[in-house]
Amino acid sequence: MELVVSSLLKIAFLLTVILGLVPVLIWAERKGSAFIQDRTGPNRASVLGIRLGGLVHPIADVMKLLFKEDFRPENAHRFLYALAPFLVFFIALLTYAVIPFGDFIRIGGVEYQLVVADLNVGILYVLAIASLGTYGVVMGGWASNNKYAFLGAVRSTSQMISYEISMGLSIIGLMLIFSSLRLTDIVAGQGGAIWNWGFAMQPLGAILFIVAVFAETNRNPFDLPEGESELVSGYHLEYSSMKFALFFMAEYTNMVIGAALITTLFFGGWNIPWLTRSVIEGHAGTILPVHLVIQAVVMGLISLLFFRRAARERDKFGDARDREPGFMGVVTALMALGAAGSFALKPWAIGVDAASIYATLLQVGAFVGKVVFFCWVFIWVRWTLPRFRYDQLMGLGWKVMLPLALANVVLTAIWLAIV
Amino acid sequence: MTATKKAHPYGGKMTFWERTYLPEVFRGMGITIKHVIHNLLHTSEMPTVQYPEEHRSYSPRFRGRHRLMQRDDGSPRCVACMMCSTACPADCIHIVAGEHPDPAIEKFPETFDIDLLRCVYCGLCEEACPCDAIRMDTGIYEIAGTTREEFFVSKEFLLNNKSDGTEV
Repeated sequence: MELVVSSLLKIAFLLTVILGLVPVLIWAERKGSAFIQDRTGPNRASVLGIRLGGLVHPIADVMKLLFKEDFRPENAHRFLYALAPFLVFFIALLTYAVIPFGDFIRIGGVEYQLVVADLNVGILYVLAIASLGTYGVVMGGWASNNKYAFLGAVRSTSQMISYEISMGLSIIGLMLIFSSLRLTDIVAGQGGAIWNWGFAMQPLGAILFIVAVFAETNRNPFDLPEGESELVSGYHLEYSSMKFALFFMAEYTNMVIGAALITTLFFGGWNIPWLTRSVIEGHAGTILPVHLVIQAVVMGLISLLFFRRAARERDKFGDARDREPGFMGVVTALMALGAAGSFALKPWAIGVDAASIYATLLQVGAFVGKVVFFCWVFIWVRWTLPRFRYDQLMGLGWKVMLPLALANVVLTAIWLAIV
Repeated sequence: MTATKKAHPYGGKMTFWERTYLPEVFRGMGITIKHVIHNLLHTSEMPTVQYPEEHRSYSPRFRGRHRLMQRDDGSPRCVACMMCSTACPADCIHIVAGEHPDPAIEKFPETFDIDLLRCVYCGLCEEACPCDAIRMDTGIYEIAGTTREEFFVSKEFLLNNKSDGTEV
């Protein structure tokens, strides 16, 4: 019973984080691409004049998608056409089961591991489930009965086969070093100094894995299944309304998985360099006050910037939007005051249990922070690089990545045998 | 990294580092993040025009919606010579001429309609006009309507058509 409850809570936490990240990523994609291309990006949708720099736009998008006509082409396969988006989204969410987002949380003397299913074949599970995602894509492309969607599906399959191999081979070196397939072991093995992280021990493997993850998530420069310039929009061409939204959300969910996998395998997972759990728990009386002071100062400065803007641009628009800087200033000022006010609770005299929970929170925060950073890398790369040509994609996959991944495995094995 | 800086014509042989893609990828990412940081710190310098609130300023020679010039007594300057409607490549000016009560002036337009949906804003009408009666200097480019009829503008409309809303 306890296992069920704790698992449900962990699943709820993961779903909240992931599904909460999706609209934020869509916003980051639009705003980031705008800033990269010297545009302002979304800044119109507002709730009572509060625009949050365009973050309200995803809400408007969802409203639009919910009320759009759910169109089905005449000759589409009824069942598969409806099944495909659900399959893609479902499989995208499955992978998270084995990814550890913290080591454990101690509540009432009981330690709960912060991973939903601590499989001893964690990596294999990830690889197996991640490659299932292409079935949804193929199904959607084929069932739409549209040649462009079908071409997108075909490309997706061939791309998946080409890059799955180097993806699997690129992490064999890592498995050899940590001698485990369990993701919690791999993360725990990367604790301590930053050179214990996977990318320091397996630089080539890390690069190959990151490139392969880009190909697996169908993101630029490997977004040939979508290829809007040649295939209109690829496998989800015929989809509209919430079915399209599911494909869209699955893409971003896949991105979060990709980022979480890169983080877990090569960038220390929930580890903070040098600040291991024992260090945090031992010095919580120092770290927590410093943390709170930094938060109070940073938030206070941000709120001052907002108030300055509110004073300067009092009548910029002449409507509700003029209230926004003041509102944001009040919110950030409250955050600063909250951080400062928690000094009343004597953070320098933090208890042992509280210190343990604080360490857990810091680690979960580090994990989420790294995942968000790698999600931004996905967006950043997408708006930097052009798409590969199809033959370049295949050439890179088979003639460069596969031999390099094999060489990486051999060299790691030799190195481990000598050392 | 010196090898990557060497210029080569498109289709030429790439250097080794270029063929690995990675240094060039990081260089490109450096360029894009520079743009992001610059735009984050200098949001007010963004070239985007926030359209409904702000308007782009056009040159005074910009050809906007037409207007008809008035004489001192408020009657149209137009003498219904049909030069503009003859010159019009889009065939959008429709004039019905009438006899002017003043014997010094031969004709005046009883109706002077422009179909703004047909107009190509070429400016040949104002070039053709012998008495400077039609001009396109209003600077109005926001021409919108819900029916086709709204775009079929009459003499009365054109006589009082100035960008700042004042009468001539």
